[in-house]
Amino acid sequence: MKRRIGEYGMVLVLIALCVLFSLLTLNREGAMSGAGVERMVGEVSRVAGPASTVLVVGAVNKVSGEFATKVAEKLNAESFEKIQTVVGNPRDLRLAWDEKKAAGIVPVAIVGGGDVLNWTVLTSILTEHPEVKLLSPTERMQSDFLKRSNLLAIVDRIVVIAVIAIGMTLIILTGGIDLSVGSLIALSAVIATLLMKAMGGLEASPWAVLLGFVLATAACGLIGAAGGFLVAQFKVAPFITTLGIMMMARGGAFLLTDGFSIYQVPDSLTWLGQGATAGIPNTVILLVVLYVAAHLFMSHTRYGRYIYAVGGNEEAARLSGVPVKAVLMFVFLVGGLCAGFGGCIQASQLNSGAPNLGMMFELYVIAAVVVGGTSLSGGSGKIFGTLIGAFIISVIQNGMNLLGFDSYLQQVVLGAVILGAVLLDKSRQTGGLSKLLKR
Amino acid sequence: MSEAAPLLEMKGIRKRFPGVLALDGVDLTVQEGEVLALLGENGAGKSTLIKMLGGAHQPDEGEIRINEKPVSISSAKDARDAGIAVIYQEFNLVPRMTVLENLFLGREKTRLGWIDERSEREQAIEWLSRLGLDIDPDECCGDLSVARQQAVEIARALSFDARILVMDEPSAVLTDKEVEKLFGIVKELRENGIGIIYISHRLDEIDEIADRLVVLRDGKRIGTREVTETSRDELIEMMVGRSLEEEFPSRDVNVGEERLRVENLSRGRFVRDVSFSVRAGEIVGFSGLVGAGRTEAMRLIAGADVRDRGIICVDGKEVPATSPRSSIASGICLLSEDRKGEGLVLNGSAVDNFGLPNLRRFSRFGVLDETEEREEFSSYTEELSIRLSSADQRVGDLSGGNQQKVVLAKWLARHADVILFDEPTRGIDVGAKFEIYQLMNRLAAAGKAIVMVSSELPEIMGMSDRIIVMREGRIAGELKNTGDLAPEEVLALAMNENAA
Repeated sequence: MKRRIGEYGMVLVLIALCVLFSLLTLNREGAMSGAGVERMVGEVSRVAGPASTVLVVGAVNKVSGEFATKVAEKLNAESFEKIQTVVGNPRDLRLAWDEKKAAGIVPVAIVGGGDVLNWTVLTSILTEHPEVKLLSPTERMQSDFLKRSNLLAIVDRIVVIAVIAIGMTLIILTGGIDLSVGSLIALSAVIATLLMKAMGGLEASPWAVLLGFVLATAACGLIGAAGGFLVAQFKVAPFITTLGIMMMARGGAFLLTDGFSIYQVPDSLTWLGQGATAGIPNTVILLVVLYVAAHLFMSHTRYGRYIYAVGGNEEAARLSGVPVKAVLMFVFLVGGLCAGFGGCIQASQLNSGAPNLGMMFELYVIAAVVVGGTSLSGGSGKIFGTLIGAFIISVIQNGMNLLGFDSYLQQVVLGAVILGAVLLDKSRQTGGLSKLLKR
Repeated sequence: MSEAAPLLEMKGIRKRFPGVLALDGVDLTVQEGEVLALLGENGAGKSTLIKMLGGAHQPDEGEIRINEKPVSISSAKDARDAGIAVIYQEFNLVPRMTVLENLFLGREKTRLGWIDERSEREQAIEWLSRLGLDIDPDECCGDLSVARQQAVEIARALSFDARILVMDEPSAVLTDKEVEKLFGIVKELRENGIGIIYISHRLDEIDEIADRLVVLRDGKRIGTREVTETSRDELIEMMVGRSLEEEFPSRDVNVGEERLRVENLSRGRFVRDVSFSVRAGEIVGFSGLVGAGRTEAMRLIAGADVRDRGIICVDGKEVPATSPRSSIASGICLLSEDRKGEGLVLNGSAVDNFGLPNLRRFSRFGVLDETEEREEFSSYTEELSIRLSSADQRVGDLSGGNQQKVVLAKWLARHADVILFDEPTRGIDVGAKFEIYQLMNRLAAAGKAIVMVSSELPEIMGMSDRIIVMREGRIAGELKNTGDLAPEEVLALAMNENAA
């Protein structure tokens, strides 16, 4: 049990960070802002049924007028039948009220805020008819961090890194490392967009986009596998192998484009990185699907087991008949595929391809894996740990942005967090911080 | 010998490792100007004892005194300060650095932070010439012959004013000529009043160089003799002698068809023209000294290393044996002597280790059927009485005996026909040993062909039907293990005494 907590201790860190940033970014939400309208509609429907009469009042050319119009629109959309909007001056309210009174109707409630509350007409109506309820919008505390738009921004920001981190986790689990993924992002994005350009540019069909994605991803997979071959067959250190590939891929991306960005792409390119399906952003769906698949693969298939065994004790695995070379090539293949796909997502998010994409991304990816609790010496780590690691990095960046931290300071903090995470991991392995210090 | 106060005295030394009592109340003394030979079989406790002098291990009980003063040695520095120098079989030299740099490593002579090479060189030449060595201090240590590297080690040891010199099988790596030179140095040191502990397997050397000897067996001191007052036969008996009954379960031998045949197996100088065969139901023991090539031969058969030449057949069918995979597929499996390094993924769970060679059987289209895997594992846990808190227990946390059983379980599940046990009971306590022996007998009775490499002579004598003795990569002889075979015969073959 204790081990389990240790394995997912990073979840607690992530939750703590979310709570921290939620509190630090608490803000006064304007009473008559968009969220205020929503709240007001909710309040009205609690007080009045669809058949009851409600007066919605606002001062003309003022915030309260705009607010009144919006609330009325919403109420009508939610099938309130007897909503009367009064946007004007106090006289208009008096006229409207008298009209209702003549028809023998007493409205259940009056909705109004801002200037309207100071109108004497309103006060006299309310004293005349104490049964009429006054609904006025109130201010409320709201966390910028927890806003839907902000949470989605966190996902958008991390999706490329998180996808590539799946492949990186597999590689690091075998005791390897892959420095080439940042360059492969650029190469993949460039290949994909160049293909789209060649197949019709702005007018290219969605099929061209798909073909571009598939071929670019496959090319990166091939490059990854070639690196894996060097590592497995010739025992070249993964660090060196992928360092070489990193330079070659980056240079290749610049050669292919002469250093220019490629904008001649169809609109359908943006679907993957910016679109949504059934109201859920595609990037979110993508992350969930890929991570669940990777988790199932690592915990329930033969090759998943092999990967852990090779990282845990390569010689014992080999003597047990595990095809060690094939396993090594496989993880680097997956690493390349993930990097290539990450490049496609990046191109989709930016609606273009450029040879300078993904600079330094390899380091963020490695950081995500390590912060997620995977040991750099191989053999131990969890796929979902990596997802959490990626989110920790993204949440810290996002939170610091919201709080207005200087971007240089952000780098310092992020670096410190990565070191802290590694120390935490070490202390877990040695069985407590006190033991670690005694060594 | 004189009754003067001893230079070094070890009293009641006791050391326990997990599952093994390595030293059990050992006493030992060395006088000034005396060469003491330390004898014993592999695993008798010699290395543990000298590692205590070098500061690598600390005794659980007992006392070490130098010049009658108790000392505690808990690091290499402590040993140096106490005047003890240990020369291990693996030299402590940095091969890429020069003799000079090695001699002064960690105590460079400096002037204002700059290394004063001139005075270092003068000093080094003095140290080297004191031993009658003409070694260029600027030569790279890695370029020196083994004998000269050893001489540099000795020179370095003495430069710390060591009064006690411990040498672990110094002659094992030397040619006859070089050994003579080494003896010259040793005799010179003895003249200068230095006490020397000399470990060797070569009995004829002992006669020439040592004054007195101590025999260890199973961590106990069996006895001490003046070299002039003992015979070779007596020594061998002291090293081996113990009753073999009751330590090993009996069994009915029912030998069938030939299952494993090996012809002219060779790899470099480690394994040379090894040929033998094992029949169904037979246990063949491989004896010999450490480094005789037994483990290397087993690794070739299991495909762990690639042979230069030779043929391996299982049930008359030739095995490619180019990788562990091909050997495993032909029904050969190896329980490595290095259980932790080669047999198990220590961080993995017991059931994961069990499944590793069998995953193809437990999976459909690559997806594992974990229920089936666990069910089969639990049937083996019961059969081999593996004691686990759960199947998910980390295998590194198990005792040596249970680890060995997990390894055995994984191979049994693979339905191996030829099982190579390399030091199957190393680091395992007595009770678990007996269980492993019983299992081996049961496997033999089930018609498997079993090869057992062991450095413990009683184990070889107690378990094998036939004994193959290796020496320097070759098969030195084969003995039928009938009731009247004397252990001395085996030892003599292994040590090249002219007995067989």
